[in-house]
Amino acid sequence: MDLNIIWFLLYGVLIAGYAILDGFDLGVGVLHLFTKDEKEKRINLNAIGPVWDGNEVWLLTAGGALFAAFPIVYATVFSAFYLALMLLLLFLILRAVSMEFRGKIESQKWKNVWDWSFGLGSFVPALLFGVAVGNIMRGIPLNSEGMFTGNFFGLLNPYSLLVGVLSLIMFTLHGSIYLAMKTEGDQLKRMKNIAPKLWIAFVILYFLATVFTMFEAGYLFKDVLGNPIFWIFFLLLLVSVLYIPVAVKGDKFGKAFIASSISITSMIGLAAISLFPRLVPSLTDLSYSLTIYNASSTPRTLKTMLIIALIGVPIVLVYTIYIYRVFKGKVKLTEESY
Amino acid sequence: MDAVFLARIQFAFTIMFHFIFPPLSIGLAWLLVVVEGMGWKKKSEIYLKIGKFFGKLLAITFAVGVASGIVMEFQFGTNWAEYSKFVGDIFGAPLAAEGVFAFFLESGFLGLYLFGRNKVSKGVHWFSILMVAVGSTLSAFWIIVAGSWQQTPAGFVIQNGRAELTNFFEAVFNPSTMVRFSHTMTSAIITGAFFMAGVSAYLIIKKRDIKIAKKGLALGVIAGLIFSILIIFPFGHEHAKQVAETQPAKFAAMEGLYKTQSGAPLILFSFPVDNPPGLIGTIELPKLLSWMAFGDSSKEIKGIDAFPKDELPPLFITFVSFHNMVALGMFFLLLMIWSAFLLYRKKLYTSMKTLKVLLWSIPLPFIAIQLGWIAAEVGRQPWIVYKLLRTSDAASVTVSSGEILFSIIMFSLIYLALGALWLFLLVKEIKHGPEKLTEKEATV
Repeated sequence: MDLNIIWFLLYGVLIAGYAILDGFDLGVGVLHLFTKDEKEKRINLNAIGPVWDGNEVWLLTAGGALFAAFPIVYATVFSAFYLALMLLLLFLILRAVSMEFRGKIESQKWKNVWDWSFGLGSFVPALLFGVAVGNIMRGIPLNSEGMFTGNFFGLLNPYSLLVGVLSLIMFTLHGSIYLAMKTEGDQLKRMKNIAPKLWIAFVILYFLATVFTMFEAGYLFKDVLGNPIFWIFFLLLLVSVLYIPVAVKGDKFGKAFIASSISITSMIGLAAISLFPRLVPSLTDLSYSLTIYNASSTPRTLKTMLIIALIGVPIVLVYTIYIYRVFKGKVKLTEESY
Repeated sequence: MDAVFLARIQFAFTIMFHFIFPPLSIGLAWLLVVVEGMGWKKKSEIYLKIGKFFGKLLAITFAVGVASGIVMEFQFGTNWAEYSKFVGDIFGAPLAAEGVFAFFLESGFLGLYLFGRNKVSKGVHWFSILMVAVGSTLSAFWIIVAGSWQQTPAGFVIQNGRAELTNFFEAVFNPSTMVRFSHTMTSAIITGAFFMAGVSAYLIIKKRDIKIAKKGLALGVIAGLIFSILIIFPFGHEHAKQVAETQPAKFAAMEGLYKTQSGAPLILFSFPVDNPPGLIGTIELPKLLSWMAFGDSSKEIKGIDAFPKDELPPLFITFVSFHNMVALGMFFLLLMIWSAFLLYRKKLYTSMKTLKVLLWSIPLPFIAIQLGWIAAEVGRQPWIVYKLLRTSDAASVTVSSGEILFSIIMFSLIYLALGALWLFLLVKEIKHGPEKLTEKEATV
């Protein structure tokens, strides 16, 4: 296994880490749009309050790691997705401030503004995450020099939009399970009620997206079906997805959350193994694709970065787990709450 | 309009807006380490309430800092794709290290600090604000590593049409990293100290929460004095010496030195004009610049005439921003010496005029920092990486000027709103003041 493959793997870990952790924050934000009661709204905010910012750092670190390990991809994709990314940033900005701002003034109008801004600031990124993944799976128009030749509206193709809706529903399901762990009474009942419905929508969408992928990006399946890793992820996905409604029904929300985390990881794993060793397939001609070899940094930089990751990430995991343990259990509103 | 010009505007605007918040967060975090430490060790309710009060102000500031900071992580790729391809092998690593070593630390422990006061022991709670301070300092370190490499690149070789890493430690500790880091960190603590002193002065002027405000004022003034000295000597001085050695064109522009000469004067005040290029209304001290920069009053320093025209930064902006920053630094020192003197004589709490000056000086360190950033970045032009890559060759080629214009307008509107809300909420929290001391606590 060479350094480029290790970094492909680490990059997958970063994306999965982001999707699992900020995924439930985004899901809670989407559900916030449908929450009516003031106390329940505050519980939504405080359920993710102490941890959401740390979760978003996975995205920032993924951005930095992409720049460091695969700078050509960082430069090509981010300038190609220019308007889409600017919109994503706008909504992430709204989400970041709305939680802090909302409780500062006792006015219904003020609170309504920040409720919407928090909700949409979660809804749009949850959708765009899938749109981005869809476009990468399908490939983007790159010429022989690796230059992007498409435009913004080309990114809004039906396939990528379908994957966008899939990620939106996936994160909302993930968020509803997280909220079930953090809430009590009526709010808990509502989450228990909505999770199975979201689950059904998720399963249907996933099935549709897989069929659509065969037509839209059939090349992805060409070599991968003989690869045992593909089938391991597939089995993991199957088992974990099937277990989610069982666990929710039995009030085992912690286990349901783990299952939902495993299914998110497996989906990303399946996508990654099908793409490998490509990072950004070219729609123009597959041989123009950006791969882990033609788009990477030098071995020296990859090695340096690996050392940084090996020192830093275990420390991050230790205190992140500690912080989650401190805030374990149902949310209680106190004077420090939002 | 020219896409490169728009990309420059967008970068300058988004980073200058972002750069309002981290210095205050870093400064306040370190002051809160002191405050919470005192509260913990002395079991003092007064310090605890200072902590809670400024902790709230830190939380609002941090949120806007995070929100505006997200943009920065992506903007190199979106707007400066050619730059990103050229420097990715080197420049990406400090950004990723900032994520792993700094962002996780500060954001994780800020959550624990703000929400965990009654959930963890006092020691762990103090540790959490310490980790916020350490994290935000490490964040400053890594981003300054990246920025310094643009100014004084080291540890690389040009190969395959890009800069490739040859020595990580040389790249990280390039000739300007440590001087720039110490200069920037001291400026952040000054920002926090002026903020704490000014806000406390306000409470005293309004005759509210006097016991709490007095402690905040004293801490702000003492920290303000120490760091206002440090930022001039040694840190500011060392930074200027480094620029003189490594970036002579920028140094000549900053100091307004038009002619190459031995025994160069230090210009205290002047006004640069374009036609003919030169200074008018100059007040200068002979030979001092040569002595300060190189320890030799007869040393020859290269002037603007020594460089080709297309390798010179915009002279007016570089000169004016640098000189105003220095002037503000001198003012900080004088104000803090005077305030500390009054504090020592126990007269500060009743000197209404000084308290008012302290209050209205809160914005000044922010302005000084912006000016310093302008002098550093505009002074580096026309290079995006000094002597290696021109800014005009670094922008994304696939992004149109219309797209950039759209995002500039979008960010202008959202940042205008954010900036206004930040100020509004800060003022509101400050007017609301800290939690009242109970009668028993007030008599202790």
